[in-house]
Amino acid sequence: MIAEIEQTSQISSEARTRPVVARLTKASKNYGTVQALKQVTLEVRQGEILAVLGPNGAGKTTAVKLLLGLAAASGGSVNVFGGDPRNPDNRVRTGAMLQVARVPETLKVREHVALFSSYYPNPMPIADTLAAAGLTQLANRKFGDLSGGQKQRVLFALAICGDPDLLFLDEATLGLDVEARRLLWDQIRSLASRGKAVLLTTHYLQEADALADRILVINRGEIIAEGTPTEIKARTAGRQIRCFTDLSIAQVRAISGVIDVKVEGDSLLIQAAVAEPVLRELLNRDVNLSGVEVTSAGLEEAFLALTTNQETNGRAS
Amino acid sequence: MSATVTAIPRPVASRTPGHMARIFANEARFEFLKLARLPIYAISTIMFPVMFYVLFGLMLNRGQELSRVPVAAYLLASYGTFGVMGASLFGFGVGLAGERGLGWLQVKQASPMPPFAYFFAKTVVCMTFSLIIVLILVTLGFLFGGVHLSPLHVVQLAATLVAGSITFCAMGMAIGYFAGPSSAPAIVNLIYLPLSFASGLWIPIQALPSFFQKIAPFLPPFHLGQLALSTIGAETRGSNLGHWEALAAFALICLGIARLGYQRDEGKSYG
Repeated sequence: MIAEIEQTSQISSEARTRPVVARLTKASKNYGTVQALKQVTLEVRQGEILAVLGPNGAGKTTAVKLLLGLAAASGGSVNVFGGDPRNPDNRVRTGAMLQVARVPETLKVREHVALFSSYYPNPMPIADTLAAAGLTQLANRKFGDLSGGQKQRVLFALAICGDPDLLFLDEATLGLDVEARRLLWDQIRSLASRGKAVLLTTHYLQEADALADRILVINRGEIIAEGTPTEIKARTAGRQIRCFTDLSIAQVRAISGVIDVKVEGDSLLIQAAVAEPVLRELLNRDVNLSGVEVTSAGLEEAFLALTTNQETNGRAS
Repeated sequence: MSATVTAIPRPVASRTPGHMARIFANEARFEFLKLARLPIYAISTIMFPVMFYVLFGLMLNRGQELSRVPVAAYLLASYGTFGVMGASLFGFGVGLAGERGLGWLQVKQASPMPPFAYFFAKTVVCMTFSLIIVLILVTLGFLFGGVHLSPLHVVQLAATLVAGSITFCAMGMAIGYFAGPSSAPAIVNLIYLPLSFASGLWIPIQALPSFFQKIAPFLPPFHLGQLALSTIGAETRGSNLGHWEALAAFALICLGIARLGYQRDEGKSYG
């Protein structure tokens, strides 16, 4: 499956020759009876931004935890800088921004950054870290007095303060306003341009598109697509057509290009990769067609489209 | 896909022993600031022993003796034990339970922090708060309770109580690994208050019903209380060596329980 995607992928050969700094090989993770990851293989290369895209509960955070040595794989292997992610010599080259429910609130922003910087042998100057995270004005505020978005920026600062070679960002832009999100994106791009490897997880296709060199789409613990943002978008740029029609579901389903059909109230909800040919066909077959609305598919529909493609590919191969 | 994972050829500066020492010192310093700025911690750990001491040692029972020492001196030892116990159980137990349960410990574990630095910092800070409490009580006793202790006795009392706080740090650690972030304060109070009462820290052990006198030797605060009393020349039960052994044994048991909790956490992740 993975190999097949690779063959069709147009990722530049230059990017493919960069050294791999972290890799999961057929890694699985079970929590009790729940399979959070199923035989996932992924690699992060030097100087690249890899986006792991998927809905909540898809296994993104689990993959990050395996790569950080915070959880052990139930099967397969985890390799970071050629060894165990828990090795202290690897930890000092790694930075991570995780989802955390509560951070000590009585410490000031500068103190949090100073403490984490002190863990690393060659940290960035604290002023630089604060500036990079847009925290210069907030340096003397206590963490508990910050807004949600400001708190996220502190966690980002803690992730980058050690000038790590490998950076994990788990849902980094959650709760950030547009401006803060742009600032963070700029920082992430600048890190990658300095040769850092960045793995970020997100459930925003838009974010993955704006940032990543490569996107891995993950759903229910499995990688369902891999490619450049352009490739992924081509596969997920589905359209949703809503209309009133006399045609039966089976008839609509038979139209070429229709991925899925649902009844919603009196109207039909049609998922299609491209709207126009389907619309033309609908209009041809049903003169009474009315109330037509075409919208771009949401992420959920996009995943559906990808999953459908995957199944089709699977049958074909 | 079959290429090996290559390390970026950048010489990794390993951390020198001096750097490690600075990390430990930093960790302790910020742990101290964190707790010192937390009013609920300062109030519940410093105010309670001070309030009890002022009420029972300085305002009531003036001029009376207990176990051959003035009440103001006797209660210095027992409320000192009470204070040390609170500082350690709340500082370590509630702190760990919250940071473990709400994800902060995981952020620290993902960072290059040496794992032992985290526990070192919590222990040192609990010992520091213990010392602060003891010194406040001693100052109050000297100023308002007519307590006369030689400097050596003060040092012995403080050193004993601060050393004894290690046992309660271990107990806090055990609680912190099993309690949830929101239930931890209640659990600590459920252990802290009955245990200090039954160990004779509020009412002298000889004044308690015989039931408590029988169970007290199985409670760590009783042993630390007796050790503290012996430093100020009060009559105590049992040998000092026996009390230290009991405290060490309790500490080891608690560390064993904490280890089970640690393994349980690891099992959730490393299973």
